[in-house]
This record gives sequence, structure tokens and C-alpha cells, in this order.
Amino acid sequence: MANQTALHGKHLEAGAKMVDFFGWDMPINYGSQIEEHHAVRRDAGMFDVSHMTIVDLKGADTRAFLRYLLANDVAKLTVPGKALYSGMLNEAGGVIDDLIVYFLQEDFFRLVVNSATREKDLAHITKEAGAFGVSVTERPEFAMIAVQGPNAKAKVATLLTAEQQAAVAGMKPFFGVQAGELFIATTGYTGEDGYEIALPNEQAAGFWQKLLDAGVAPAGLGARDTLRLEAGMNLYGQDMDETVSPLAANMGWTIAWAPQERNFIGRKALEQHKAEGTFKLVGLVMEQKGVLRHGQRVVVDGGEGEITSGTFSPTLGYSIAMARVPATVGEVAEVDIRGKMVPVKVVKPAFVRMGKKVI
Amino acid sequence: MSSIPNTLKYASSHEWARDEGNGIYTVGITEHAQGLLGDMVFVELPEVGDAVTQGDDCAVAESVKAASDIYAPLSGEIVEVNEALADAPELVNSSPYEDGWMFKIKVSDTTELSALLDAAGYKNSIDE
Repeated sequence: MANQTALHGKHLEAGAKMVDFFGWDMPINYGSQIEEHHAVRRDAGMFDVSHMTIVDLKGADTRAFLRYLLANDVAKLTVPGKALYSGMLNEAGGVIDDLIVYFLQEDFFRLVVNSATREKDLAHITKEAGAFGVSVTERPEFAMIAVQGPNAKAKVATLLTAEQQAAVAGMKPFFGVQAGELFIATTGYTGEDGYEIALPNEQAAGFWQKLLDAGVAPAGLGARDTLRLEAGMNLYGQDMDETVSPLAANMGWTIAWAPQERNFIGRKALEQHKAEGTFKLVGLVMEQKGVLRHGQRVVVDGGEGEITSGTFSPTLGYSIAMARVPATVGEVAEVDIRGKMVPVKVVKPAFVRMGKKVI
Repeated sequence: MSSIPNTLKYASSHEWARDEGNGIYTVGITEHAQGLLGDMVFVELPEVGDAVTQGDDCAVAESVKAASDIYAPLSGEIVEVNEALADAPELVNSSPYEDGWMFKIKVSDTTELSALLDAAGYKNSIDE
């Protein structure tokens, strides 16, 4: 039987259409995924992301361990609560997973990794942690709710105690704080303002109901995918995986090359990828009718590539995609849509942020 | 459970056909099918005057999730298409049997009707 989150009953109660998502029974939508998408862009929506894996790392050498484990450099995390996005690479420079790491205390960091990659991530992290004497503890007792949208923070605020409100007041993007029973982070996967909130499983349904009562719209995996794609955020397993260099997945900005002497897993391979050159991940825009889809062939100047993620953009009203193509790509390309070559524009892979078109 | 009106004929590929008299049949997709496809974003319709053959693809319903061929449930000539779908493809979701109809066929061979399912047969085929 599929895994169920602590919010499973709330999804059924709301009439959600449930699907299997890598072994979890999750809501794909609660009626219309386009309406859910608009709710997040225009007001406030919430997602059950309890299937994601929280992993706590503890030990005096946790920072040194993470500087070896991750391509981004946790030396950048100097203020407690600060978070960082990073790829976790294998020796060949392929992406085992992408994750968020929070610096909580010098001997305590928290990772949030994808659920689809949970087992291999835990195996890899545990294997590498041994040499650093770092303990690796999964936290399945936490549910997680992402509340996103221009009014998300204000609506969440109505549920917080005075102490909790003070704890999150003025919190900048990519920070997390333990506020009473809630771990509240200014992160997300939509390109909107908002929080991701981890809380004990037994409190999740009650908190979800209070958010509903505060006017936050439940949104499913369908809307989550169109929102993240508009925001130009990668989906693991689709836009990159173990066979793909982060340099070919628009993750170059997450690789901390300096200091030169920092050795991290995959560094040698990455240096070689950089010297040899790689494909690049670009954005595609098609203003005519039709929808760009994963797997479609893309013909660009100097070669061919493939769409990694494609969808109809509810905010823009036409189709957008991310595609991995030769670096020789120009400003236009052609996509093979069911045998027909359709012209598209090539842009940076970010389409909508904070409710606004950015292309 | 989705609605499957008794007054319609169905193809196992999820189209419905409604007898409008004079050999004209209106065609759309079932409530079950629109539910599987999710929010509709474009519907590519045939042209009025096109000749279609039973079982051939003649339209495309493109949802957020996937592009899906729509097959002609009967052979004949397309005599009208639902222009409203150009601006409001979501009618296929909200009103699959009424406002979300797709096209009308002037049927050339009514014996083909025997190849279609009645409501009970269609219900069985989708195992609801």
C-alpha cells in the first residue's frame, strides 16, 4: 500500500484526485489545477509536501562534512537559520539529488531532500558521514506544508502566537527558524513569497484546517509543477539526474568553485565538464497554440536537444518549457511536436516570478 | 462516479455521440475522459467540410497534462464545430455533454452505430 502523509484524510475530505507519486498517495488536484495555480500567483495556496524527507545531521564536524558532500559551499552559511540550495553529486559529477541545507547550530544542520530519491540519498549521506563522525537522522515524525503566494505570509500570521510572529518578523528569503512547535522557513518551489512549515504529524491536519479557514486554497502536485516550471526551478528526475552535469542543468550558480582547495564529491569531474563544455538548459516559449512536452526533440543552431519539462503556463496563457540543448543555441529554435516543426523563442529558464512575467 | 447519460452512444475511446435528427450527430468527450485529462488548454478541431472515418483521429484535446487524440465515432462529413472552445476550452471540463461539445457529423452510414456502446456498455468499459 502507498504511503500516506498525515494530511491524507484532509485531501480526501476536500475531494482531491489522488495519484501515486513515487510510492506516496498524493493529491494531483482538488478540482482544477489551473485555478489552484492562479490562487498561488494571486492570493495564497498550500501544498502538502510531507512526503519530502527531512534529515538532521549532528556532530562537531558537520560543516566540514557538508563542505565535502555538497557542490555548493556551506561556508556561506554564517548566520544560524540561513539556508542554501545545492546539488549533491556523485564522483562522475552527476546529480544524486538537489536539496536545501539549513545551518541551525555549528553542530546541527538540516537537509530537506526529495522523496523520490530518499533511499539512495540516505544511503549516500550515511556512507559519507561515517568518516566525519556525523549522525544522520531522518525525521518522519514531521509533516510539511508549503504556504505560497502574495498573501501567504499574512494569512499564516493570523495562526501564529505573538512569539512565533516575532520569530519570523523580517525574516529574509532562504531562512528557517524553530518557532514553538513549528519550523518555519522562507523557502518554496513556486517563485512566490511564502513559507514552508514543518510541524509534528499529529498537528498537521489541525493546522491545515486553520489555513483553509484563513482562506488558503489547497493546491495539488499539478499546480506545483506548473508553478515551479514558470519559476524556472528544476524537477529532479526530469530536468537533471545522475547522468546529468549540474552545468547542463542550469545549476552552475550552485557550484562553489572557490576556494580552489575545497575538495567536494564530483569536483574533479565538474572541472573536466567545464573545460570540455556541456549542453545547457534553456527556456523555450511558444506563443502559438499547442503545448510543449517532456521528451520532444529541439533543433537549435549547431545541433539537437530535448525538452526536459514542458507545460502550458496558466499565468502567461501559452506554453513554456525547459530544454537541454547544445551551447551553440541561438535566440530561436524549432520543436518537433508530433512530427510538425514549430518555431519557439529561446529565453533564460525563468518565466514568472512574484506574479510577474520575467521574459 | 461520473455522469454517463442514457440518451447518448459511446465509443470505447471516450467520445460520445448524440442523435440530433436528419443524420446529424453531435460529438464530444465523456465526463470520465475530461476527468482523466484534467484542465483543458487547447482543443484543435477539424474543419467544416472535412470527411472523417469512424475510428480515425480528427481532433486533439490538449490538457495541462497531455495531448490526446479524439477519434471520429462515426463516418461522415463535419458540418459544424464548436467555435466557443477556441476561447473557452475549459467548457470541455465544466460541461462535457452540453457546452463542451466538439463537432457535428453528417453521418454517411448509420449501420456504424452498432459499433458504439450504450451507457451501460460504456460504464462497463471504464469499470466504474
